[in-house]
Amino acid sequence: MQVLTLLIPISLILGGLGLVGFVYTLRSSQYEDPDGDSQRILSDQWDDHPKP
Amino acid sequence: MTVAISRQAPSACPACVAAPSAEAIAARAEALKDTRIALSLPTIHCSACISAVESALNAYPGVKDARVNLTLKRANVDAEMSVDPADLVNLLEGIGYEAHELDVATIQSTATDKAGRDLLMRLAVAGFASMNVMLLSVSVWAGAADATRDMFHWISAAITLPAIGFSGQPFFRNAWKALSAGRLNMDVPITLAILLAVVMSVWETALSGHHAYFDAALTLTFFLLAGRYLDHRTRAVARSAAEELAALEVPRAIRLTDGTEQTVAAADLRIGDIVLVRPGSRCPVDGEIVTGTSELDRSLLTGETVPVAAAPGQAISAGEVNLTGPLTIRANAVGQDTSLHRMADLVAIAESGRSRYTSLADRAAKLYAPGVHILSALSFVGWFIYSQDLRTSLNIAAAVLIITCPCALGLAVPAVTTAASGRLFRKGMLIKHETALERLATVDTVVFDKTGTLTEGTPVLSNLGDHSTADLEIALALAEGSSHPLSRAITTAARAAGIKPAQITDITERPGQGTEATWRGQTVRLGRNDWIGAEAGDVTSAWLRVGNNAPVQFRFADDLRAGAAETITALKAAGKGVILLSGDSDVPVTDLANRLGIDEFQANCLPQTKLATIESLSASGAHVLMVGDGLNDTAALAAADVSISPATALDAARVASDIVLLGRDLSPVADSLVTARKATSRIKENFRIATAYNVIAVPLAIIGLATPLIAALAMSSSSIIVSLNALRLR
Repeated sequence: MQVLTLLIPISLILGGLGLVGFVYTLRSSQYEDPDGDSQRILSDQWDDHPKP
Repeated sequence: MTVAISRQAPSACPACVAAPSAEAIAARAEALKDTRIALSLPTIHCSACISAVESALNAYPGVKDARVNLTLKRANVDAEMSVDPADLVNLLEGIGYEAHELDVATIQSTATDKAGRDLLMRLAVAGFASMNVMLLSVSVWAGAADATRDMFHWISAAITLPAIGFSGQPFFRNAWKALSAGRLNMDVPITLAILLAVVMSVWETALSGHHAYFDAALTLTFFLLAGRYLDHRTRAVARSAAEELAALEVPRAIRLTDGTEQTVAAADLRIGDIVLVRPGSRCPVDGEIVTGTSELDRSLLTGETVPVAAAPGQAISAGEVNLTGPLTIRANAVGQDTSLHRMADLVAIAESGRSRYTSLADRAAKLYAPGVHILSALSFVGWFIYSQDLRTSLNIAAAVLIITCPCALGLAVPAVTTAASGRLFRKGMLIKHETALERLATVDTVVFDKTGTLTEGTPVLSNLGDHSTADLEIALALAEGSSHPLSRAITTAARAAGIKPAQITDITERPGQGTEATWRGQTVRLGRNDWIGAEAGDVTSAWLRVGNNAPVQFRFADDLRAGAAETITALKAAGKGVILLSGDSDVPVTDLANRLGIDEFQANCLPQTKLATIESLSASGAHVLMVGDGLNDTAALAAADVSISPATALDAARVASDIVLLGRDLSPVADSLVTARKATSRIKENFRIATAYNVIAVPLAIIGLATPLIAALAMSSSSIIVSLNALRLR
């Protein structure tokens, strides 16, 4: 049962990371334009360097 | 801003490291002078469109940043004050994209959907917590015992308590609001079940009990929040689309100060200002005509199709459309005081059909909430008498509350309305009000307005065959010299019939009168009856006079809106009563009613007549759907059980109605009645499924056989069944 002291914190931390990631995407307005984002990925406009 | 700056290429010179902050300050100061422009782009659909529009806009001098939102089909532009939105529209139309300016102030309220984000955040927390707790619960169900089980329960409690405290807030607030107003709603049993489950579980854990309902409390919150979020999305989409319609009319006016034109926001106009109204635009104020002669289209205000002559000294009200010559107007009422606004205020006074309606969910809650509470209390009392054990009895009571908790009920309505609204939206109908679908399902009488609703509101030449080719050639030549709607109708009809314009010279347009020219040495005129010297007709007409010959009458009829005939036929076939109420005169109304086969109609209706008719219909027990577009319809739209207005309708009419028709076609109206009836029966079906599930699960809970595992299984399966049933509507 010693393994539980490792496994439970790990599972909680991993889940927590997912939650933090979601909160970050929500805060940075990444759900404002789902249709546009799915199309923008096809554009090669910023392939060579990121948008300044 | 600082993020954007810090991403810039690092400077080679170490001394310049301090420079970015100075740049940032300068940029921020400049940003204050910037303006925000929103453009509606209805035709964009792919990545090529996005990059074409963005690169065109970004390359325009003065534009700081332009970003396209494909979901909303909109472009947001940050630009310097000097950039004129009209130039950007022309720029985009030049590269082949239809664009319209949107009023930024109107769309701002939905630009960031705060309530939606808030719900989504709570949903995410509930989802995260319920997954983790479920993981621990499965281990307990799989056989974890003694110290391990207790530890798992304590960890669950540590996750559940803060998660519920945060995610459950919308329910707690609603329940508190209802209770402090002395009412019961669906949120009361929800809150009670969640709180009792958590408290009982903590107690059980402290006493090393076998069963804890932490996972049930969390999944319950998660499913219910999902229902709330669906509900919110549906309405947010409709609201933002409705607001976009309103934002399309940017409230601008041209003010004349000492003879110079100045474009200002309509809200900035003051009494006594001189306003210029160009042909084709809508008058922004109530006032008196100072200079200019023209004709006014009043159809949106009164339903009349015949344009009215306008001359200096005459009164003009906000909302009337200037047709031919430019007019200058001295404002004597602006903004909220215009007759347009006062009329719109009538709507608020007229008793609204929607306030009388109690939604199906509320009616279910009224039956359900007391039932559940009584059941739970009875099982507690029963068990306490039988076992004399407070802990067992409370456990049973909590189990009953959790099992009966309206998880499926909370999803039953939003899932169906989301599916039905989505289906109607794809057909071009925007459901604005939450109970509009339910009210639409009960409709048995449909009342239509004529001008702009059943008809396009644009005239069509109706007696082309009666004229000699020579007359038509002259009429066409004269009509092409004017942009008056009747002239345009003659041009369209004559061109379609293959007529070539006659050779005429010296064409002059007399605003408010007609067009005059010389043809083979004779004066030819096309215009109003009093100018030509003819008797006034009973239908919309223009007259042609060649030299001193007798005047020739060109008669016009209003063109039927696409799908109008099919809609009327379908409604009558479905056994609905169809009534036509119009503010127009007898002849055109009778003519239209006969063409469409409407038996019940009334002409020369005042707004009050329409309202009275709707009210007497409602009083006699009919459920009335009102379809109208004008200011004279708004009171009737608000009083009817449910109302629809086309997108071309006046803003006030769209606000007053529950549903907006986005396309030009009227046929979705008949479909929507069918969809609404299907949706309502699906909602009732979902209620029945939820009840059936309770009939099976509740006895188990009462006799004390419901374990947390059974509760979790029953709750999830009923929620999934209800959602799937709703999806059948799509």
